[in-house]
Amino acid sequence: MDFGFTIAAYAVAAVLFILSLGGLSGQESAKRAVWYGIAGMAVAVLATLVGPGAGFWLLSLVLIAAGGAIGVYVAQRVQMTEMPQLVAAMHSLVGLAAVFVGFNAHLEIGRVAATYAAADLPFPQPEYGALAGAAKEAAEGFRGFAAIVAKKTAVEINILRVELFLGILIGAVTFTGSVVAFGKLAGKVSSKAEKLPGGHALNAGAALVALACLVWYLSSGGLLALVIMTIAALFVGYHLIMGIGGADMPVVVSMLNSYSGWAAAAIGFSLGNDLLIVVGALVGSSGAILSYIMCKAMNRSFISVILGGFGGPAGAQMEVEGEQVAIEADGVAAALDEADSVIIVPGYGMAVAQAQNAVSELTRKLRGKGKEVRFAIHPVAGRLPGHMNVLLAEAKVPYDIVLEMDEINEDFPETDVVIVIGSNDIVNPAAQDDPNSPIAGMPVLEVWKAKQVVVSKRGQGAGYSGIENPLFFKDNTRMFYGDAKGSVDKLLGLID
Amino acid sequence: MKIGAPKEIMEGENRVAMTPASARDLQKLGYDCVIETRAGAAAGYSDADYKEAGVEIIKTGAALYKAADVVAKVRVPTETELKRLRDGQTLITFFNPAENADGLELAKSKGANVIAMEMVPRISRAQKMDALSSMANVAGYRAVMEAGNNFGRFFTGQITAAGKVPPAQVLVVGAGVAGLAAIGASTSLGAVTHAFDVRPEVAEQVESMGAEFVFLDFEEDQQDGASSGGYAAPSSPEFREAQLAKFRELAPQMDIVITTALIPGREAPKLWTEDMVKAMKPGSVIVDLAAERGGNVEGTVKDDKVVTDNDVTIIGYTDYPSRMARQSSNLYATNIRHMLTDLTPEKDGQLVHDMEDDVIRGATVTHGGEITYPPPPPKVQAIAAQKKPEVKEPTAEEKRAAEVAAFKAQTRNQVTLLGIGGALILLAGLYAPASFMQHFIVFVLAVFVGFQVIWGVAHSLHTPLMAVTNAISSIIILGALMQVGAGSWLVVVLAAVSIFMAGINIFGGFLVTRRMLAMFQKS
Repeated sequence: MDFGFTIAAYAVAAVLFILSLGGLSGQESAKRAVWYGIAGMAVAVLATLVGPGAGFWLLSLVLIAAGGAIGVYVAQRVQMTEMPQLVAAMHSLVGLAAVFVGFNAHLEIGRVAATYAAADLPFPQPEYGALAGAAKEAAEGFRGFAAIVAKKTAVEINILRVELFLGILIGAVTFTGSVVAFGKLAGKVSSKAEKLPGGHALNAGAALVALACLVWYLSSGGLLALVIMTIAALFVGYHLIMGIGGADMPVVVSMLNSYSGWAAAAIGFSLGNDLLIVVGALVGSSGAILSYIMCKAMNRSFISVILGGFGGPAGAQMEVEGEQVAIEADGVAAALDEADSVIIVPGYGMAVAQAQNAVSELTRKLRGKGKEVRFAIHPVAGRLPGHMNVLLAEAKVPYDIVLEMDEINEDFPETDVVIVIGSNDIVNPAAQDDPNSPIAGMPVLEVWKAKQVVVSKRGQGAGYSGIENPLFFKDNTRMFYGDAKGSVDKLLGLID
Repeated sequence: MKIGAPKEIMEGENRVAMTPASARDLQKLGYDCVIETRAGAAAGYSDADYKEAGVEIIKTGAALYKAADVVAKVRVPTETELKRLRDGQTLITFFNPAENADGLELAKSKGANVIAMEMVPRISRAQKMDALSSMANVAGYRAVMEAGNNFGRFFTGQITAAGKVPPAQVLVVGAGVAGLAAIGASTSLGAVTHAFDVRPEVAEQVESMGAEFVFLDFEEDQQDGASSGGYAAPSSPEFREAQLAKFRELAPQMDIVITTALIPGREAPKLWTEDMVKAMKPGSVIVDLAAERGGNVEGTVKDDKVVTDNDVTIIGYTDYPSRMARQSSNLYATNIRHMLTDLTPEKDGQLVHDMEDDVIRGATVTHGGEITYPPPPPKVQAIAAQKKPEVKEPTAEEKRAAEVAAFKAQTRNQVTLLGIGGALILLAGLYAPASFMQHFIVFVLAVFVGFQVIWGVAHSLHTPLMAVTNAISSIIILGALMQVGAGSWLVVVLAAVSIFMAGINIFGGFLVTRRMLAMFQKS
């Protein structure tokens, strides 16, 4: 099949991908959107397989099928609460693939150059375009990417090198970064922000090494420069993400997502493949915007999140006065029994304790008794953007009672009981009251304005970010200690 | 150690400082409990009830004072009672230390430690032992009941076949605990309730209880209740005039007036003057909760009910909590029990009188043979400070101006960004070869499309979005597919591995997204 068909198929695939992302604007259209994405991917892969340059298509199909089988297995097995880890792990695969493809591109340039040299022909070509005479003969042997390379001029080859260099660089950062993010989210690596001595200087040093390698690589075209750069980039990826605390993981995951897109785009440039460029750019820009939206929701500067560290507080934090008053399940049940309106504020603790089904059951029971039950979701609740929505959806909580912070924040004063399940920083009044708090200025759910607040929490410790939460000491707050799932299960027994 | 509650000596006092329920809790703290016979009878608790709760019954008051290490009672102790105290014994009671110098002396000379319940500081931590509040709560409720009892009409408005009944108009003066309780009781009975307080910051609380706050048209830096521990302080003469003028205006419309205004350590302020009483409709009722301290109303007779010439009933009872003895005793006994919980940090039945503790120090009036009243000011202020003045609502013009300015700024921003971006692209175009630019234009457009599309994605779908973009980013497989046919074995191997990994990602990513989206459902 000739090249024109492939390009046409790519255009179709690109449109499908755009529809797929755009379709996510609503729950119902999203279900269609996934199929657009799947169709786009199928079209793209098939067009490439039948198009020029692809060889070993049987091997390719077998490999895709084998990888696909593993992918299906993992995707079906994974718990909804482990979704963040899975996404991070998958990013690392894309990053690594980008590195490999980049190296391949380099090797191919070398091979073309070697063939030309053997035939005593000039490489790169003095002029772009049709190959003449002996060069044409020599190029006959090349297929696919090599055939494109064979036609390039010196400037183009340099650009090509910059592109593949960038592809490998970003791919390598994505790879180690995603692996670390996976470790942190899966609890295999400490979620605290850790830095090697030297901190940012080390990152800057590694970046400088990579830059030096670029110059070296452009002048020599040697493999060594690429390898050294790759090692530096792998280190940057590792160290950068190690330096970011667990609370910022949602931003990190979406940022890595963006990186994997840019890596694909850079590789697309070097391979001269428009679809790779289009999709890479789509993924890259969407990830970047998602990170930006999340940073805004946390009132954090994007730069400070990426570079890690919470930014030291400007002065002493307010002392928290009062004491935490505990409450037992029967007390909570009585409060719920008397309440007309209830708002549930879930957080990461609910995900950890796998309490979403119990919470859903509680919601069902309370709604059955004619009470108004709603959910308030903070934009950064959990470890992934939209994490809570997915968990609640899994537990079959209808999504029209699940509201965003802006939609529900004004309703707290008219609410009888607020149940906070496993969230902490996102309901911390210090963000509004204490200018010296590390989270000062972050928009929070104003649960303390409700008539009564019940906080389900494992123990008296501070939250993920280690900040004391004055909410727990308020007069209208009762602490319902215990594992979220156990607590809610106990409640279920008392409400009927 | 033993905790004992004597029968209240004062005539008409029905409350008791220990209930069977509180005795059970005290025993959990490691204490033994004793009670004078029939001490709880007036509050509805028989000796048998106490016995069942494991409380030892003692025949006389004198014997009880001998037996108990800690004595808990309600009313300010009389001389007889104080004389029964002994060295090292602890007495927990209302004591009125500000006007009870003789009592303090006597307790000191006996060497007893006295904790005065009314001296518990008003901080959040001590609310559970704040007996003044719990008793005021009862008083506020009861005041409405007394008013209703003497008021010849419904509280709520009704339209019936037998005619229309207007709702009662109730005015509550002083929105402290008692005032708020009265507001709550009155609104839930259906009356139209108005409330006034010199502290404007309580307007919010008043409105939250369903009453209308009566605002004064008065320009002055109004006082901040937080500085005086949540109580009102005396007001300036001008303010007082404005206040009385407002009351005069309201008096003819009000059916029921409940006054609760108290200033710590002073006579109750006269807020409802004789002419206001005269201006009220016949059949109206005034309940003066401040009667104990002289009353807020001119014409109040302490502990009695009087009817004026124009048929306005003025109630000056001072024993509202005692009139609801069972309820009050439950609350008061719980306050006492909380106090003892704080005094028993180890829960081993041993009382530790920690004079470093703000709450215990504040409430203690004699300790170790010394008078420790008045206490030093508490270290913390826990009552909310006065709100800062609210930001003024912008006028329509200001709003429009702000919108225009925002629009201009946005346009400027966009134009600048476009300018810079365009210049950069043009610059690249000057140097890069045409073949590069062909791809570059595609790249720029794709970035732009991604930018536009993502803003519209619903927040709740961010996780599926991430999963989908993750799946899509495995488009890198195209690169590997193009390379797998190349000549060198190394390239083939690397490309093959890439295809494999991308394959995992494609299927895994899409499948996970589908799983997630399938869960979203409408109710």
